[in-house]
Amino acid sequence: MTADGNGSAFGSRIRKEDARFVRGLGKFVDDVVLPGMLHGAMLRSPMAHARIVSVDVSAALAHPRVKTVITGEMLAERGMAWMPTLSYDQQAVLATDKVRFQGQEVAFVVAEDRYAARDALELIDVEYEPLPAVVDAHQALAPDAPVIRDDRPGQQDNHIFDWESGDAQRVAEVFAEADVVVEQDMLYPRVHPAPLETCGIVADMDPVSGRLTVWSTAQAPHAHRSLYAQLTGIPEHRIRVIANDIGGGFGNKVGVYPGYVCAIVASMITQQPVKWIEDRAENLMSTAFARDYHMRGEIAARSDGTILGLRVRVLADHGAFNATAQPSRYPAGFFGVFTGSYDLQAAHCSVTGVYTNKAPGGVAYSCSFRVTEAVYLVERMVDLLACELDMDPAELRMRNLIRPEQFPYDTATGWRYDSGDYPRALAKLLDMAGYHDLRAEQAAKRERGELMGIGLSFFTEAVGAGPRKHLDMYGFGMADGAELRVHPSGTAVLRVSCMSQGQGHETTFAQLVANELGIGVDEVDVVQGDTDHTPFGVGTYGSRSIAVSGAAAVTVARKVREQARLIAAAMLEADPEDLEWGDGRWYVRGVEGAGHTLAEIARAAHADIDLPDGVDGQLAASTVYNPPNLTFPFGAYLCVVDVDPDTGQVTVRRFVAVDDCGVRINPMIVDGQIHRGLADGIGMALMEHIAFDADGNHLGGSFMDYLLPTALECPSWELGETVTPSPHHPVGAKGIGEAATVGSPAAVVNAVMDALRPCGVRHADMPLTPAAVWRAIQGRALRSDLAIR
Amino acid sequence: MDITVTVNGRQYRRTIEPRVLLAYFLRDELGLTGTHLGCDTSNCGACVVWLDGLPVKSCTVLAAMADGKQVRTVESLARNGQLDPVQQAFIDCHGAQCGFCTPGMLMTARWLLDRDPDPSEERIREAISGQLCRCTGYENIVRAIRRAAELSNTADDDGSSAALAGEQRDEVAS
Ligand code: FES
Ligand code: FES
Repeated sequence: MTADGNGSAFGSRIRKEDARFVRGLGKFVDDVVLPGMLHGAMLRSPMAHARIVSVDVSAALAHPRVKTVITGEMLAERGMAWMPTLSYDQQAVLATDKVRFQGQEVAFVVAEDRYAARDALELIDVEYEPLPAVVDAHQALAPDAPVIRDDRPGQQDNHIFDWESGDAQRVAEVFAEADVVVEQDMLYPRVHPAPLETCGIVADMDPVSGRLTVWSTAQAPHAHRSLYAQLTGIPEHRIRVIANDIGGGFGNKVGVYPGYVCAIVASMITQQPVKWIEDRAENLMSTAFARDYHMRGEIAARSDGTILGLRVRVLADHGAFNATAQPSRYPAGFFGVFTGSYDLQAAHCSVTGVYTNKAPGGVAYSCSFRVTEAVYLVERMVDLLACELDMDPAELRMRNLIRPEQFPYDTATGWRYDSGDYPRALAKLLDMAGYHDLRAEQAAKRERGELMGIGLSFFTEAVGAGPRKHLDMYGFGMADGAELRVHPSGTAVLRVSCMSQGQGHETTFAQLVANELGIGVDEVDVVQGDTDHTPFGVGTYGSRSIAVSGAAAVTVARKVREQARLIAAAMLEADPEDLEWGDGRWYVRGVEGAGHTLAEIARAAHADIDLPDGVDGQLAASTVYNPPNLTFPFGAYLCVVDVDPDTGQVTVRRFVAVDDCGVRINPMIVDGQIHRGLADGIGMALMEHIAFDADGNHLGGSFMDYLLPTALECPSWELGETVTPSPHHPVGAKGIGEAATVGSPAAVVNAVMDALRPCGVRHADMPLTPAAVWRAIQGRALRSDLAIR
Repeated sequence: MDITVTVNGRQYRRTIEPRVLLAYFLRDELGLTGTHLGCDTSNCGACVVWLDGLPVKSCTVLAAMADGKQVRTVESLARNGQLDPVQQAFIDCHGAQCGFCTPGMLMTARWLLDRDPDPSEERIREAISGQLCRCTGYENIVRAIRRAAELSNTADDDGSSAALAGEQRDEVAS
C-alpha cells in the first residue's frame, strides 16, 4: 500500500474486538464491580427555570441504606458547585441558586444499592419558586426576556456570542450582480446522539495513597483527567481515568457531566467506590444534545446556474450553559465551511449564540464540529436554487463543484481543502443509482399522482482537528501522542490517546503499525483509554482518530523502523544508508531476500552486539503528531423516497452513497461507519427531535418519544467509493467516522421535498414525520416562528 | 422472596426483593454482564434474553416472574469453546461495532433461526425491529443473520439450539 510498508496489513476484513463482544464479554462501565461499591442516583429539576428556596435531605439521610446525600451547598463549601465547560463558561454541578433546565442536577444520593438510591430521591424535599422560562431561541434576546445566567457577573441578557466568517462586502457585490437570489429559513432541530449505552462512572478514591481511579464513558480520557485535577485539587499524576469498552459515543461522551463529579466527590466523602449510571431519560434530558441551529440562507446565481455567493445568518440555541465541545476559538465550530463543495466567489455567515432554558451541549452526534449544519444548509439551498431555475439538481451541482485541478482549494471563508475529485464522485453516484431511469420512473409516477422523490447531497467534511496553532480544546492543542514498544520477540504494543467507542481502533491502529513494520496485525496490540498507560491527547471525536492519532501511530512506527535500520546496519556490518526496507526486512541494497526482519533486529537490540550511535538497547519510540491541516473527506449521496399522499408517511426505498475518505485502512470498518451515519440521516430527517413545550418541559425523555430508526426504516445501503489520498496524511487517510451523518440528512430531506414538489411544497423542516409531511401537503405553514431578521 | 431460576442450564436459588428486574438479577446477582440495559423502558432490546424459550426484554420482566423457569443469555451461545454460528457470522460480517446491542441481537437471531432456518431479509428485519442498534445501520446485522443461516445449513451439526431451552445444562459457572 505505501512505498515504505509491506502493505499487507491494509484491506483485511478482521476485527480484534469482536471476539469479546459476541461472547457478551465486553467490559462496559456498568460491568465494573468493586468491593464495597456504593451506588449514586441523581435528583433532577422538574422545572425549566426556578429559584431554589430550600433543599431538605434529612428524610433521605435517614433511609437505612443511604450513606450520604450531596447537595449544591456541600459542593459550594468545597468550591465545586460549578465546573468549567469546554467553552470557557461554567456549568452547575449541583444547583445552588436556580435550576436552569428541566432535568438539571440538584442533589446526589449515595446508597448501598441502586434501588435504594432511587428510593431515597423521593425523600428529598426541594422547594422551588418557578420563573418564566425561555424556550424559543428567537425570544431569548427580547428586551423583556428573563435573564437565565444571572450567576455570570455582568450578564444582563441571554446573549453568548456573535461570530462571523467571510466577506460581507464581497457578498453584497455578487448578490447585486446576480440574476437570481433564493432565500429560505430552516431549522436544524435539536437532536440527541443517544448512544445505546448511557453515560456512567465508577469512582474509587483511595484514602491512603490519595489516588483517584475512575472508570467512565469518556471519549476524551486525558481531558477528563485534567479537568478532574483542576476541580478536585487532586494532583494530576494521582488521577487515573480508564475507559474500557464504550457502548457508542458519537460526541455524547466528550464532556464531563455533573454525575461524574458527584460520584468522585461521593467516593472522597465515603472512602468507598461509587458507581453512577444514568438512565435513558437522564441521558436524553441532560447530556450533550446536538444542532438546534436556526438558519436563514440566501444563495445568489446567474440564470445559467453559476452559483455566485452564499449568505447565512444563524441563531444558535446553546441551552442554559455554554458547554459546546469544539475548538475554543471556533464558537460556531466549523460551520464556516458552509460553502460546501462549490466554487463560489463570495460567502459570509454570522452566528449568534443564545442561552435558553434547555440542556447544554450543541456539538455532538457525529457533527464534525457543526459541519452537519453547514452541509445541510448549503445542500438545501442548492436544491432550492435548482427548483427556482427549473434545473436538474444533479446538473446544477456538477456545474458548480470545485474542479480537481483547483486543489488545494482555498474557500471563500478561508479553509484550504486538501484534495478531491468531486465530479468523479458525483458521476459515479449517478451511474450507480441509475439516475436517468429514476427520473423517468418519477415522471411516470407523477402522471399517476404518485409521490416519489429523488434527493441528492454532495458534502465536504472538515475533520482531523487539528493544527495546534489554530485549534485547541480547553487550552490543549489538538495534537496527539503515540508510543510504540517492540518486544524482543518482535511483537509490539502501541499506546494511543484516542478512545474507540465502537470504531474498532484496536484493529485499525494495529494494521497501521503492522503495515509499517512488516509484522502481523495479530502481533500488534493497541492500548487506549487508560491515562496511566497512554500518552496525552485530546480524544476521539470530530473524526480525528485516524487523521491525527493514526498519523501519530504511523509516525512512531516509522521512527522505530529507522532505529531498526541502524541496528540492522550494525548486524550486517553495512552503512545504514546502504540499507533498504522491503517485504518486512532491512537488507543491503541489491540483496533482496537477505537482511533481517523486525523480530531479528528486536532480538539483537536486546542482545550483546555493539549498538551504533542513535539507538539504545531497545526498539521503542514516542511522538506527538501535530497535523499541518485538517483533512477533507467528501461524498455524493442519493436517496429515493416514496411518500403516501394520504398519511404523509415517507418510505426510504433506496440510499446510494459514494464516499471518498482517502486511503482505506480497513474497508470493512469504513463501510460500517458509513452504514451508521446513513441510518443517522434517516433518523434525523424523518424521526428524531428533542422537543419542548412552552414551559420548557422536555417532550422526548424516552425512546417512545424520541424515535430512532429501526431495521424496518433503513433500506439496504448501496455503497460506492472513490479514493483521493490526503496529501499531508502519512498514509493518505482522511477519516470516516462522521461523513455519512454529515452528508445524509440533506439527501433525505431533498428527496422528500422533491416528492412533494407537485404539491407546491418548497421547504419543510426536519423531522419530516408523517404529521409534518401531511401538513406540508395541505399547505399549512410550518414553524413560521423561525424567520430570522 | 426466594426464587429458583435456571439460567443457561444451571439452577440458582436466591433471595431477592420482589421488585428486582430480571436484567439486574442476571447482571448483579449472577454476574452475567453480557445482558445490557440501554433504556429500561422496553424500547431498545439490549436486554433481550430467552425466558422459557421466548425472547423477552429482561428490563421489563421481574426476576420473580422467572421463578421456576428457564432463562438463556448470550453467555450460553458458545458451547465447549465453539461459537454458535450466529456469533461467528457477526464476526465475519462486522455485525458488531460497539458491542452493546450485540448480545440482544444474537439472542433474537438464534431464536429466529431456530424457527426459520432460511429467513428472508425482510423476515430478519422484522425480527430485530424491536431492537435498536446505534452503530451499524442494521445492514451488517441483517447480513450476519443471513450468513448464520447459511453457515448452519451447510454445517453437519446445524448449530440449532432449540432443544437447549428446556433442558438442563451446566456449562456455565456462576
Ligand atoms: S433495556 Fe430493556 S429494552 Fe432497553
Ligand atoms: S453495535 Fe453499537 S449499538 Fe449496535
